[in-house]
Amino acid sequence: MIDIKNLNLKQIRDGLQNKSFTALEITESYLGEIDKAKELNAFITVTSDKAIFMAKESDKRISRNESRDLEGIPISIKDLYCTKNIKTTAGSKILKNFIPTYESTITNNLWSDGCVMLGKLNNDEFAMGSSNETSYFGPSINPWKRKNEDTPLVPGGSSGGSAVAVSGSLSAATTATDTGGSIRQPASFTGTVGIKATYGRCSRWGVVAFASSLDQAGPITKTVVDSAIMLRSMAGFDSKDSTSIDLPVPNYETNINKNIKGKRIGIPKEYKIKGLDSDIENNWVDGINWLKSEGAEIIDISLPHTKYALPAYYIIAPAEASSNLARYDGVRYGERVHRKDLDQMYSDSRSDGFGEEVRRRILMGTYVLSAGYYDAYYLKAQKIRKLISNDFDNAFNIVDAILTPTTPTTAFNVGKKFDDPVTMYLNDMLTVPVNMAGLPAISIPSGFDKDGLPMGLQLIGKRFGEDNLFSLASVIEDCRGTFSNPTQWWIEK
Amino acid sequence: MPIDEKIVKKIATLSRITISENEITKLSAELNSIIKWVEQLNEIDTTEILPMTSSVNNTLYLRKDVVSDGNIVDDILLNAPMTEDGFFLVPKVIE
Repeated sequence: MIDIKNLNLKQIRDGLQNKSFTALEITESYLGEIDKAKELNAFITVTSDKAIFMAKESDKRISRNESRDLEGIPISIKDLYCTKNIKTTAGSKILKNFIPTYESTITNNLWSDGCVMLGKLNNDEFAMGSSNETSYFGPSINPWKRKNEDTPLVPGGSSGGSAVAVSGSLSAATTATDTGGSIRQPASFTGTVGIKATYGRCSRWGVVAFASSLDQAGPITKTVVDSAIMLRSMAGFDSKDSTSIDLPVPNYETNINKNIKGKRIGIPKEYKIKGLDSDIENNWVDGINWLKSEGAEIIDISLPHTKYALPAYYIIAPAEASSNLARYDGVRYGERVHRKDLDQMYSDSRSDGFGEEVRRRILMGTYVLSAGYYDAYYLKAQKIRKLISNDFDNAFNIVDAILTPTTPTTAFNVGKKFDDPVTMYLNDMLTVPVNMAGLPAISIPSGFDKDGLPMGLQLIGKRFGEDNLFSLASVIEDCRGTFSNPTQWWIEK
Repeated sequence: MPIDEKIVKKIATLSRITISENEITKLSAELNSIIKWVEQLNEIDTTEILPMTSSVNNTLYLRKDVVSDGNIVDDILLNAPMTEDGFFLVPKVIE
């Protein structure tokens, strides 16, 4: 067995090309680790047979010198991406037996580049949640624990399983999606790198829709260069997604460790929110100093409408969700509760198939879109959205990127009681504005708090400025020093 | 305007989601707490602002009008809870 715990995607790529190990060996090592990590509940489905088959195919190609860019690299897929002939649940009871007959564009890109699929990953139901606890399949558990404490912690959400599978060394990389922070917040909670691409950069075709004007894909990886390698394969124009943008995808890998001298970095004062953990605030200052030490110019900026992003999001996202989720009617696919009356069949199927948070958001979305309330809520939120986007546009006239913390706190306890839904929503305070404006943003592990839990810094870029983000992120990664793996308590105990 | 129990019932019907009588009070309280919180948006005067409909300036392009898919009835019906003779089955709607 290979010691995969200390390997990242780039090292695996090199190892496969140098023939230090075969794709089958590395795949079997990961399947072995996945088997030992059931307690982390990262996977909804493990596709062992398919993984072995794909790995053998990759080994044949490698031996014939016909390797593709990601040949033989074992990855896992958030269970929101449709995978042909493989169960795709979106973390919901209503799709617990759904078998797509088609493949999402992004996963298709990854398989075409030679990746090996290990399985499908746990997530909050329909990506609605910040702790992975709304999943019908139970919460995934954070590999990290507080020093001298055994309390299980959440990995964040909605891409909780995607973050856990990378942090716990159960996959070389994973795919994820981000509607309000669902890639960056779990990456921050688990000490991994997560990038949300610019809206339109990655195809949404075949990815189960939550809020279509905000949803965007991206990878979760151990390192910044791994993130660059994965995003290059995932991104690209797709005629099947009408919001996909026809722009060439750069080879992001060439941006790693590029000189950042003279880059202007904005520090928005509105992100110093009440409730920002003091360790995280200090870490933010570290981040500023790291970029400064490499020659970046630090500029204080203002994004005045920041505090309105979250409440506007909680109108727009549920509104779009209520519309998108209307398709689950117990007729064409999904679970049905059998009733004699058609309307009763619809209502009971949906009530039984959707969890509490999803139901609440559908009701909320239906309310803000209903006659008499549309202007007061939905239209108002879309106008606020414009102001938030204008704030960023103005800032990007004077800066190249913006540095903020990713989350106000580090990972919290599984089962932590929040007084009301709003308190839970506050988790996404620093990530949501980016989705509202459609910008790219990356979270980079940047240190540990007093309890030994990972913290993350967020870099926000101009539209289609992912290349620039990778340059800056690699500087933060270098300056922060080596980042340890979590203790594998799920094996050792 | 608060979301009273009558409104909760109405939006549940519009959403085609069955909710039990004992859930209504709780849902009404939760939805009200969210609505109360989002009402801070009214602090901003937006009369002169045009709503944002897309985050990227993108002109919708036209695809060639050709048949690129079809004859996949089995695929389409594969996940349906009930089918018969190539159709989806639903409870009787016309007596």
